[in-house]
Amino acid sequence: MKKEKSNTQVASGTTGRRGMERRDFFKLVGGGVVIFFLPRCSSDPVPVAEPGKRSLPKDYNAFLKIDEDGTVNCYTGKIEQGQGIIMSLVQIMADDLNVPMEKIKMVMGDTELCPWDGGTWGSMTIRSFGPNMRRAAAEAKGVLLELAANKLKVPATQLVVVDGVIFDPANPGKSVTYGELAKGKKIEKFLDVKPEVEDYSKFTFIGKSFKRNDAKIKVTGEAKYTGDLKLPGMLFARILRPKSLSGKLASVDYSEAEKVPGTTVVRDGELVGVLNANLVLAGRALEMVKAEYTYDEIKVDNKTIFEAMIKADTTADVETTAGDIEAGFKQCDKIIETEIHDPFLAHAFIEPHSALAQFENDKLTVWASSQTPYPLQDALAKHFSMPLNKVRVIVPFVGGGFGGKSKNQQAMEAAILAKVCGKPVMVTWTREEEFLYDNFHSAGVLKIKSGIDKSGLIKAWDYHAYFCGTRGSEIVYDVPNHKITAHYHKENTPQVHILDTGPWRAPNNNTNTLGRELQIDRLAAAAKMDPLEFRLKNLKDQRMIDTLKAAADLFGYVPSKKYPSGRGIGIAVGTDVGTLVAEIAEIEIDKKTGKVKVKRIVCAQDMGLCVNPHGATMQLEGCITMALGYTFSEEIRFEGGNIIDRNYDTYELPRFSWVPKIESIILQRMDQPPHGGGEPAIIAVGAVVGNAIFDATGARLFQMPYTPERVLEALKKG
Amino acid sequence: MEETISFQLNGKQTEIKIDPTQTLLWVLRNDLGLTGTKFGCGIGFCGSCTVLLDNEPVRSCSISVGEVKGKSVVTIEGLAKDGELHPVQKAFVEHDALQCGFCTPGMIMNAAGLLIKNPSITRDEIKAGMEDNLCRCGAHIHIIDAVETAAKEMRGGK
Repeated sequence: MKKEKSNTQVASGTTGRRGMERRDFFKLVGGGVVIFFLPRCSSDPVPVAEPGKRSLPKDYNAFLKIDEDGTVNCYTGKIEQGQGIIMSLVQIMADDLNVPMEKIKMVMGDTELCPWDGGTWGSMTIRSFGPNMRRAAAEAKGVLLELAANKLKVPATQLVVVDGVIFDPANPGKSVTYGELAKGKKIEKFLDVKPEVEDYSKFTFIGKSFKRNDAKIKVTGEAKYTGDLKLPGMLFARILRPKSLSGKLASVDYSEAEKVPGTTVVRDGELVGVLNANLVLAGRALEMVKAEYTYDEIKVDNKTIFEAMIKADTTADVETTAGDIEAGFKQCDKIIETEIHDPFLAHAFIEPHSALAQFENDKLTVWASSQTPYPLQDALAKHFSMPLNKVRVIVPFVGGGFGGKSKNQQAMEAAILAKVCGKPVMVTWTREEEFLYDNFHSAGVLKIKSGIDKSGLIKAWDYHAYFCGTRGSEIVYDVPNHKITAHYHKENTPQVHILDTGPWRAPNNNTNTLGRELQIDRLAAAAKMDPLEFRLKNLKDQRMIDTLKAAADLFGYVPSKKYPSGRGIGIAVGTDVGTLVAEIAEIEIDKKTGKVKVKRIVCAQDMGLCVNPHGATMQLEGCITMALGYTFSEEIRFEGGNIIDRNYDTYELPRFSWVPKIESIILQRMDQPPHGGGEPAIIAVGAVVGNAIFDATGARLFQMPYTPERVLEALKKG
Repeated sequence: MEETISFQLNGKQTEIKIDPTQTLLWVLRNDLGLTGTKFGCGIGFCGSCTVLLDNEPVRSCSISVGEVKGKSVVTIEGLAKDGELHPVQKAFVEHDALQCGFCTPGMIMNAAGLLIKNPSITRDEIKAGMEDNLCRCGAHIHIIDAVETAAKEMRGGK
């Protein structure tokens, strides 16, 4: 370890726009050794704040606090929504600080205790926050070694740490624990020269499998989600909603509702909340509210949206281009054109949006199921014209997010209602509200034209993505002439995407991987080649070749002389958040009913260094299982602003009987930085199943999801 | 109109003065402070509100508190005995049969009910019995493994 320079002075004016003073932090958490640090690396996702927005603090962006009993508290703005970072972050801290894992306590998603963070999304925690945290832990260890050196009168470079005990190997009697160093002190340390982090190979916990550390409280009902909280005097709110998204409140009469015992109705502009200490009564009172809305006439529906997207006056932003595409097509022996339609999808996590808001004296506290506590804090402070340090957002356990808990509408509603009524207010959305106000996965259209020469090499690739972004559209294969173009609304043109859209697990990548891999498969068929051999022939990226071969080995894939082979085996690869995946699936199809069942799916994943292979495997399996929904059943049906699917009765999620045998291999790369693990395996499932349907029957489907009706229709066409 | 409803709740005789048409789920959560039982969909389709009513798994969002009069209700909080986790709970921890954990109480109660009814349950029967409980995170395989392990333990390792 490099000799580090440290200083103990408190930097003045540290609060900035973060909203909390360091001295306030001490008031809140008591004494001990607190280390503020400024981990910085080139992969920092948000090095500069957008105008008017916050960014990583300049002086420190994480805290560690070591208690007198040796407990290491780690404060992070990230939140736990099931993805298991509550465990993998502990592994990282334990290794870099040389303490047992059980000594580490994660404090997450509390804007008052934790430093600023942009939000928990994009599989960022381990790949971006992780390296920062490792540097932080190394710095913390540096400070503790320095304190120990002073106490033991031994140079820091001579000291060793095992399980939170610092000692001199030449004189093992000379030792001191982290806790003893923290005892009776309020020490604040601030390091500005970074010690190097140790090599991954030296680690005890990183790279090994551990089970979740929150399972025990989640199986007893003890774990608290936002909707489980209660405050004295708290009222439940049920909110008046229009029948469809375009509704504007014209008139409202809530005199009858107010006759329900204990009911108060409050209105703030369009927001009408029916409040009662009893949620059921609040719901009954809401039914007595008479309201009239005006609705805009919107003609588009879930069937006509695709045509509307293609016909819209769009931009054409060329995102990637190489070679000469026209010259490339001239070299082609066969050219294939494909158009794919992908619908809107709901997030449909089981925990509905909830928020509890309380104004107390001059302070607002909001507990919320949210992936973005700090942006919520910003929004609340702005709405109520309050300083940031008077607004606290706390995120308890979150019951699934997948990108859908970033808008925080329910939290704003709870806070406004609490402000008007003067009491703490709990908002828990109904499932119908969830479907109405979701930020859906974007519907999109892909138009792909590409061709191969006589030897089966792809020579030209012209790819257009309409309204669905281009994440995951990377060419992956070695194609000399290619162009990837994104089409969006031109400024001041009417919205085609009438539903609110936002990130949905691996945003847009499901669409783009589907498009590329169906097209690749069509080219393989045109070349009369086995789809594995065709892919390997056109790949140059060694990491992808290794990943695909690993999947093929695990599957026991035997190339077929003809394609389609009739076996019902599909292949697809993709990249997301730096991670590579290759999947091979085997399906069976009932040609009478059009029902498709995935029997087996194999997935190989190269995610660089994998901190917790068990946790990553669970994420991978979760991705594949969730993907069965967008593959077979999920599709938001709507007519204008009216969402037709408003509950699980018609919006069908994957069930136990759908889940195939899932086999996976994580290619552990201890020498590589970690990449994302929460999303990649979801991206290839639509393509792998579509390609397997083709392999079984020779029929192609170009519209998601593959419902039995669509499968039958495709079979008819042949 | 309020009336006094008596029933067994997690093994204890319980009386509550309440409008009997109120939904059992919300009475458990808000009046009796048992928030382990979760609200998911409100129409009995997701199973996150599952409790045992006279040992039978039921959707507490779809029945009224009046309907449990004189009966026995067990919620996730009442499953462990004397600090010892129920075999299904233990197996869920052992198999990491959860991610976000929100569907977990309903999954566990449904599984516990299945095992009371059919201690010699097969893996296929477990799948069929769990079919109507939804999990969005995709912990399905681990859940089936866990229920199978619990069934085995409850049969004395056979």
